[in-house]
Amino acid sequence: MALLETRGLNKRFGGLQVTSDVDLALEAGELHCLIGPNGAGKSTLFRLILGEFPPTSGAVFYDGQDVTRLQPHERIRRGISVKFQVPGIFASLSVAQNLEIALQHHLAGHGLRGEVRRLLGFLNLAGAAAEPAGNLSHGQKQWLEIGMAVSLKPKLLLLDEPTAGMSPEETRATGEMVRALNRDGVTVLAVEHDMAFVRQVATRVTVLHFGRIFAQGSIDAIVADERVAEIYLGRGHGERGAPQPAGGEAKRG
Amino acid sequence: MRFLRRLEGPQTLGRGPGFWGIAALAVALAAAYPLLTDAYTVGNTIYFFDWVFMALGLCLIWGYGGALSFGQTAFFGLSGYAYGVVTLDFGADHGLTLVATLLAVAASALFAAVLGYFLFFGRIGGVFLGIVTLAVTLVFERFMAQTAGPEWHVGAARLNGFNGMSGMPPLTVPWPGDDLVLSPDVPLYYVTLALLVVTYLGLRLLVNSSFGNVIVAIRENPHRATMLGYDVRKYQLATFVIGSALAGLSGVLYTSWGQYITPSSMGLTAAALPIIWVAVGGRGDLTTTLVGTLLLLGAFQFLTIYGSQYALVAMGLLLVVTVLLTPDGLVTALFRLPRRLGRRRPRAADAVDPGREAA
Repeated sequence: MALLETRGLNKRFGGLQVTSDVDLALEAGELHCLIGPNGAGKSTLFRLILGEFPPTSGAVFYDGQDVTRLQPHERIRRGISVKFQVPGIFASLSVAQNLEIALQHHLAGHGLRGEVRRLLGFLNLAGAAAEPAGNLSHGQKQWLEIGMAVSLKPKLLLLDEPTAGMSPEETRATGEMVRALNRDGVTVLAVEHDMAFVRQVATRVTVLHFGRIFAQGSIDAIVADERVAEIYLGRGHGERGAPQPAGGEAKRG
Repeated sequence: MRFLRRLEGPQTLGRGPGFWGIAALAVALAAAYPLLTDAYTVGNTIYFFDWVFMALGLCLIWGYGGALSFGQTAFFGLSGYAYGVVTLDFGADHGLTLVATLLAVAASALFAAVLGYFLFFGRIGGVFLGIVTLAVTLVFERFMAQTAGPEWHVGAARLNGFNGMSGMPPLTVPWPGDDLVLSPDVPLYYVTLALLVVTYLGLRLLVNSSFGNVIVAIRENPHRATMLGYDVRKYQLATFVIGSALAGLSGVLYTSWGQYITPSSMGLTAAALPIIWVAVGGRGDLTTTLVGTLLLLGAFQFLTIYGSQYALVAMGLLLVVTVLLTPDGLVTALFRLPRRLGRRRPRAADAVDPGREAA
């Protein structure tokens, strides 16, 4: 059974159709990447899955239940967790307290403090535990937010461009961590522009274009798909390691 | 020890034996105060304590929760009038003033729950929250000010328009033999002081609990707090209700102390004062708010005696100076001063290897 399923998901802002009839199914244990050109509706689809606004029509099923009418925090409590592109942290609170706030759902007292210490070590932030989180570097903020998202012990982890602004080494390290999480049983849906990252982690890829599912399959099948290359990969705007099909640059017209 | 640890945490400044030693000394001095002066002065001193509950409540809502309510005086007045109505209608025997106190505070909590429901569940935040709450307190003031006619009464209690309501009985505690009447005198002083200590400690427990963690998280980043599975609206509402109940408690204590409540206690000037106390003291912390409020009330009293109409101007000036120079509050800045001075030297040594912690 699919862990996450969207059925005929439509979102219209005034006259603008942002997603059209999106039927996306994620099997439990999948590591699924969502790609597509800017404006393809990736972020909107994320926000529909999270419930930040209601769909114009269609439904979201999670863990076999219709969650379309649930508030975002209710979906989170059922085991969905998210890391946004811009790190969302509590800037003036200490790094340790940031983690505490995420962990206190299921831990308290000694157990909570121990888990905070363990996570700080895991995230390479042990030396900064008492620092205000706002003082961290951009990369460290990304890690902290990933730490917070993981602290919820999610079944489904949504990642919105997790490697934005990262160096190639950091990107690789993030990819390793995402794979490790996935091996531990977390289902992952990631929006990502970085094709090296997608290649490194994805078991399945969905291409979104003009709000519709344009193609779906393994990364190799997607890369080999001429139509995909046409709309997305062929433009070559900054996808590190993206394959450059012959004549790709001519597609702009 | 265990209890003390729960009073401490990242949400409060004062910690350690040094702080609690000074706090105990301050309470001891306050407790010894009636021995050093006459009962009349002691009775007048209660006035200063009465306002602190409202200030602590605003500190919770604004400083910790990040929601600036400009209308805490609405709850102050509502509870004050409610205390007056209940006691004037039902008297003070058999501990009825205590029932009236509970009812009056409950009325504020209930009103805050209804108002807060529409504000927070309607996602009204930022400056609009301040505008709506200010409007509410001004509406209350205007309404009560026009209740001068004899037709405005609740049972035997006349509302009396702009002149306000008076003659309600002071707090009375049922006592074997004869009831203990808490008129502005030494016993009321001790009761109010004890209430203040309990409220302060209770709020410290609250802000250092997991609940406190969530409300400061909401202040910092409500979207992130939601995405960690917290219903932001419920936490904001709970904070607003607790803070407003405390404003109501201030209203009851003030009304029963002076046996007097007027619409101007809900007016623009009255509504601005708690914000000045909390901002100047330091809204981010309960202790700085407590100390700042008492200092400012004392200074204000002094100024009204010697400079009459300039007192309010001075208060406004103080707010502007604070916001410009020490945005976290004057008392907060004083609190941090020793740590800052102590830290300066080791910091210079650290400068050799910056970012060692960050790496």
